[in-house]
Amino acid sequence: MTTTVLYTILSLSGLGAVAAMILYAAAQKFKVYEDPRIDQVEEALPGANCGGCGYPGCRQFAEALVKADDISDYYCPVGGNDTMKEVAQILGREVAEQEPKVAVVRCNGSFQNRKRTSIYEGPSSCAIEASLFGGETDCQYGCLGKGDCVEVCDFEAIFMNEETGLPYVIDDNCTACGACVDACPNNIIELRKRYKKDRKIYVSCVNEDKPAAAKKACQVACIGCNKCVKVCPFDAITLENNLAYIIPDKCKLCRKCVDVCPTNAIAEIGFPPRRNKRRNAKKESADQEQSKNQS
Amino acid sequence: MSNNVLTVSPSPHVYQSTTVRKLMYGVVIALLPTLAWSVVSFGIGAIIVTLVSVISCILFEYLIERFLLKRTPSITDGSAMVTGLLLAFNVPANLPVGIIIIGALVSIGIGKMSFGGLGRNPFNPALVGRVFLLISFPAQMTRWPIPKGFNTSYVNAQTGATPLGMLQEKGEATVSKVMESAPSYGDLFYGQMGGSLGEMAAFALIIGLIILLYMRVISWHIPASIILSTGVFTGILWLVDPTQYADPLFHLLTGGLLLGAIFMATDYVTSPMVPKAMWIYGIGIGVLTVIIRVFGSYPEGVSFAILIMNAFVPLLNRYIKPKRFGEEVQHG
Amino acid sequence: MLKTFTKGGVHPAENKITQDKAIEKAGLPKKVIIPIAQHIGAPSSPVVKKKDQVKAGDVIARSQGFVSSNIHASVSGTVAKVDHVVDASGFKQPCVVINTEDDQWADGIDTSDALVKDIDASAEEIRQKVLEAGIVGMGGATFPSHVKLSIPEGKHVDTLVINGVECEPYLTSDHRVMLERAEEMLVGIRLLMKALGVEKALIGIENNKPDAIAHLNEWLGDDPQIEVYGLKVKYPQGGEKQLINALLDREVPSGGLPLDVGVVVHNVGTALAVYEAVQKNKPLVERVVTVTGPSLTHPTNLLVRVGTPVGELIEAAGGLPEDTGKVVSGGPMMGKALKTLDAPVVKGTSGILVLPQKWAHREKELHCVRCAQCVDACPMGLEPYLLKQLAERERFEDLEKNSVLDCIECGSCSFTCPARLPLVEYIRYGKTNVNQIIRNRKQQ
Repeated sequence: MTTTVLYTILSLSGLGAVAAMILYAAAQKFKVYEDPRIDQVEEALPGANCGGCGYPGCRQFAEALVKADDISDYYCPVGGNDTMKEVAQILGREVAEQEPKVAVVRCNGSFQNRKRTSIYEGPSSCAIEASLFGGETDCQYGCLGKGDCVEVCDFEAIFMNEETGLPYVIDDNCTACGACVDACPNNIIELRKRYKKDRKIYVSCVNEDKPAAAKKACQVACIGCNKCVKVCPFDAITLENNLAYIIPDKCKLCRKCVDVCPTNAIAEIGFPPRRNKRRNAKKESADQEQSKNQS
Repeated sequence: MSNNVLTVSPSPHVYQSTTVRKLMYGVVIALLPTLAWSVVSFGIGAIIVTLVSVISCILFEYLIERFLLKRTPSITDGSAMVTGLLLAFNVPANLPVGIIIIGALVSIGIGKMSFGGLGRNPFNPALVGRVFLLISFPAQMTRWPIPKGFNTSYVNAQTGATPLGMLQEKGEATVSKVMESAPSYGDLFYGQMGGSLGEMAAFALIIGLIILLYMRVISWHIPASIILSTGVFTGILWLVDPTQYADPLFHLLTGGLLLGAIFMATDYVTSPMVPKAMWIYGIGIGVLTVIIRVFGSYPEGVSFAILIMNAFVPLLNRYIKPKRFGEEVQHG
Repeated sequence: MLKTFTKGGVHPAENKITQDKAIEKAGLPKKVIIPIAQHIGAPSSPVVKKKDQVKAGDVIARSQGFVSSNIHASVSGTVAKVDHVVDASGFKQPCVVINTEDDQWADGIDTSDALVKDIDASAEEIRQKVLEAGIVGMGGATFPSHVKLSIPEGKHVDTLVINGVECEPYLTSDHRVMLERAEEMLVGIRLLMKALGVEKALIGIENNKPDAIAHLNEWLGDDPQIEVYGLKVKYPQGGEKQLINALLDREVPSGGLPLDVGVVVHNVGTALAVYEAVQKNKPLVERVVTVTGPSLTHPTNLLVRVGTPVGELIEAAGGLPEDTGKVVSGGPMMGKALKTLDAPVVKGTSGILVLPQKWAHREKELHCVRCAQCVDACPMGLEPYLLKQLAERERFEDLEKNSVLDCIECGSCSFTCPARLPLVEYIRYGKTNVNQIIRNRKQQ
């Protein structure tokens, strides 16, 4: 009995030892050299594998970073400047500081503002709807409301608002990875500079139709009237194809354009209520709705 | 101009009237002749087993979808009913009610819902339940009542061996010896033999096959390939040594072969998509069945053969492609 | 045994409710909206501006490049605007809007009914006329016809196939053309044969139009060059590849054109338009449109001017029914649902189908049960269920490997799916993306 146990133990340990030796030899022979810094860099990255950097995942991004001579063009939008500094330290290279950004939905064509003139029926996907026709409203530029952007977001930073039928961004969660920007077939979502206290001023419209058509399709469409361009003291607003655009780098958030816009197409978010009562009641209600969409 | 708000949708704008529900009820209709014959042959037992099986399958599907998966139950699509019927067809007509309910729970719970429900299960749910019961309750699952006209008693049925069981137990005797005591081909064709509730009556199953083909519920490839391959394989064995091996007709008419070929192997979800793959699948089932029956220790192997081939279906779907239009002429 | 194509196919209910309705001439529309891109290929560029006076038949937009087509005014009047208007595609497209004033035709156009049978024009002249007249494939694909008449170097064509299949349910415009305009159409076919330099033309007609087959045979007598074939009814027999397969038993190679098997396919409507262009000098400004639907009071076949708003055609067919849920331009299998009734008829509009609310919606989609009916139905031997899954997951490389580009978007898979899955919808999406990827690859 005891001998059986003894032999069993001996033979099994012998087998184990032989196998261990073979494995060790194989590991030595087929060893693939890998830069240890790749692991370090990967450690420093957020590990979200979101693809916001343009690589399939954090590992591939780390490999690219280690391989690159100059990493100033590389940026991890999720980790931001802190992460990039850490990476630069590991690699002993320089990295340019980038401004933090946030995704902004440039359409305010809610159910109230933009009448539905047809009903779409088919797969619930903006991409497919956009390939079929110009959308349920008369504005073929605006939000289709099927939530492709929500689908691709890895950070729970964008949601559909049931009341308005538009997506809204939760600024705190948004990492500006750009997935929603790529997913939107109508290119409504833009990554804009993140201001203090998450304040925002932007033209919440992408309609390039002529004024009459744009206004008919949507109450809060930009009609390209040029008023904001004229009033802007910083030359921050351009007008192209009947559509105004506020350049984030030049805008100083003075809000003069908001006051002159006849259709309330310029969104103003995150500001304290104003003291002067220049705006009429109608405008106020429209504004409230807008901020409801946004925050 | 009218102010009608028009619906815009991608083409096509018309659809065939066939729905999943219609297809499932087509299977149910095709199963009815067999069920009717079973009731006539086995009596009250057949009714109780079938009712318990169908009701518990539907109930389990409802409960699981409602409370575990938390979605709208889809019991009306008829698939649970088909599973229930097929499970009942695959067990003896005097199986204790408790065991049937366990079988239904395994079929629906493990065989189907654990994978996400209709369309996602890799194995035929009814067969998962059946094989589970066969392994867990071998005694009860192999006590076959003899079909002797309508029997009003559930438990006190007279039991006997199946023809395939006799073949398995033959020991040193030759096949011809066994054949003497086995039922005649006529009896086999009309289901006058021991066996599961729905597997004995060849003619009723063939009526079912005709209904399925006529209603375009299934294509002919799978039943044909299973029957042909079984016939050919057993035929070869029989020609080699008729004293050792039973003839092909005996193999085709006994056990669950026809039930399996017509109703179990053709289950949409667990069978291949392309005719070429269907042939491979069917031949695989036929060959495995014969191997298990003739060389294995179980008298019957259709269930196992189908489950084994079910496992190959994803592989077949992946590698066997239909011939594309204009494929032969390669274009630069 | 009647001929048909070998792979797949479905049998939608035919519903040819207008097949016995003679072609009526529609009244002149008050205004026409003429999109300047009515064909596949480069959009034409407008040559008129606001307030210009035009006559019916005047060129209003010139073709740009080889694969492009001229656009002509279809009425006489004043150009109201050149602007973006929502057309049948559901998008805003540049259009020329003309307010109708009177019924004058441009000089040199023979608008009489007299049949001109003798063919004087040379092959080159025929091609030139077809180009000038802005003729495009009138079966719905709207591929410029002169391109199909110009055989590239190194290719040989032996047969002209005339597509009189009309496999789409409901539509009867080609059927009526074959019955009422047979002689003109046959002259058109001879013109096409001359332009291509072929000795053989086959007319394929589905067997549900026995009157058309008999009628054409009567007119042909024992003409050795043109033959009429009755085909077994099966959708999508009107697809070029399927039709060639059915008539000649040749398979157009994957990614290839009918030219690769020595065939050119033209629609019966196109043949008629070619006759008018060459023999009558009349550009393509009107066409036969079937206006149909189960709840229309007067479903009919109308000869209408290109650019007529769809709403006016529906008025002519008895007005829009109360229960209308969907209006489709084209047939129910491949037609486009319209967003607005102001969308105009274009050269490729073969029918307007008004569907009641109860038929306008698709049932709830279920999970795929892998019944393989889509694989059975696919005329191109594809696996629609798989393509849909791959497109949904955006696995475009696998899509390409599974021959997604062979899909002709006939809709047989979605039609047949018992789980009501949006198969062709996703496949189309996948195709667009794969095409994009291939274009990018070529650029690199």
